[in-house]
Amino acid sequence: MADQAYTLPIPVADEASQEFFDGAREGKLMLLRCTQCQRYRLPGRELCSDCWSTDTEWAQATGRGKLYTFGIMHQKYHPAFADMTPYNYALVELDEGPRLVTNIVECDDDDLRTDMPVEAVFDAVSDEATLIRFRPSE
Amino acid sequence: MTDDKDLRGATAVSGLGITEQGKVYGHSSSWFAAEAIRLALEDAGLEKSDVDGLLVSQGVAPLPGMGGVDLQSHLGMTNLRLLTGMQVGGATAATMIQYAALSVYHGLANHVVCIFADAPLREGRGGGGSYSGSGGAGYMPPGMSGLYTAFGMFGVNARYALAARRHMGMYGTTNDHFGAIAVGQRAWAAMNPAAQQREPITLSDYHASRWVAEPLHLLDCCLVSNGAVAVIVSSAEAARDLKQPPAYIWGMGQGHPGDLKRAGWDAETQTGAPIAKRRAFEMAGIDVGDIDVCQLYDCYTYTVLVTLEDYGFCEKGEGGPFVADGKLAPGGSLPTNTGGGQLSGFYMWGMTPIAEGIVQARGQGGERQAEKHDVVLVTGNGGILDHHSTLVLSPNRS
Repeated sequence: MADQAYTLPIPVADEASQEFFDGAREGKLMLLRCTQCQRYRLPGRELCSDCWSTDTEWAQATGRGKLYTFGIMHQKYHPAFADMTPYNYALVELDEGPRLVTNIVECDDDDLRTDMPVEAVFDAVSDEATLIRFRPSE
Repeated sequence: MTDDKDLRGATAVSGLGITEQGKVYGHSSSWFAAEAIRLALEDAGLEKSDVDGLLVSQGVAPLPGMGGVDLQSHLGMTNLRLLTGMQVGGATAATMIQYAALSVYHGLANHVVCIFADAPLREGRGGGGSYSGSGGAGYMPPGMSGLYTAFGMFGVNARYALAARRHMGMYGTTNDHFGAIAVGQRAWAAMNPAAQQREPITLSDYHASRWVAEPLHLLDCCLVSNGAVAVIVSSAEAARDLKQPPAYIWGMGQGHPGDLKRAGWDAETQTGAPIAKRRAFEMAGIDVGDIDVCQLYDCYTYTVLVTLEDYGFCEKGEGGPFVADGKLAPGGSLPTNTGGGQLSGFYMWGMTPIAEGIVQARGQGGERQAEKHDVVLVTGNGGILDHHSTLVLSPNRS
């Protein structure tokens, strides 16, 4: 994708997600971990939903997980995606627990199956942004 | 805790107002709200001055004021002792009726109007766009929310497609199963003069309808409607003296599991219904086998299927085979969404199942009236199966 200009919307970090986006650019999937109960979560929530602790640290995830569920979008809701339909979108359940929205690559949409093992692919879509997509794994 | 024996049947729906529904242009949601309330008062035989409680729920097109409460001034309702705006998505309507019933029971108000109004449709724009959430070109919410835009996951359809797919993956549910629900409800709608879509469909028509977000076809998705529905809740005694046969409120409950979006949390295949049902059925003194008619929130065919499972009409995961024989359709053993529901009737969020539940409890369904209608189950669903509300209605006080 880096060969040609990337035409799809590119996300922008905010204060809460800066490390997540910085990590992606370095090929790392970064999550928050509650230092009280050790549960992982995605950035965006200031406290742990379980123990309500605000004590957290950033931790690198393995980048492995399973395809929790997926859809194939046919509706043209956004002009940038209009020429791409149908395309897949997915929720991947990371080995660490959190479920992350993404696309599955290197797999025909017809071959997608819930619970299939997947691994992160770091897709540098611009100098500033790397998107974390997933592909089937062993 | 209030004694269930006292609360069961102590309050009733005394009035119902349904405006024209669907592609009705040129009116604000306030106008629709006023029209529905006017119709409900007329239906009950009440005057505006009799109303002393107003609960407001707004859809995509906001009503005036904080949470829509300026509707009061808009309508010149000056006798109110109870007023608030409420929001828990598609579960709101049934929860409004619950709060209205409790308020009436405890003497906070005598006649409480519960109103939902919306006007998302504009002439010349597709209905789905009203709920797409894409924000259009150039829109990028900051931080993690931007990932939905970056990966092309737009709108409510996309999210329910994920939920339906999870169920299919876990239990082998198929589009034939979803289709059976769509076909059955259309057959009901054909007998409802107020329904937006009345042309009968077959399972082949269902499969031929375009994909919106796989595994959801167009015919898996609810309609989009402009309009309003108003319901008046009164005491059983007061309702008995009004124009319509009362639809007594036998039971009520809510369940809000939410979604922690992580492993071990089956938010896509588990609703709040089991939690809501426990209290509602206990209060009503019924079991699932006592239910004669169902009005289940049906933003998607899948919502009906998973709701049936979570009320225990069948085992978890068996919803597909359960509906496949057409038992929900006219002539079937479990008449469900007898007005066509949100799929084929009209889409007034939680008010769609409530309105038809009232019609059925009263025995005013005409051609589509269920023969047995002593116990009517009505459900609401908000978010992506995150919030659930239950009402049990009956034409009998006890």
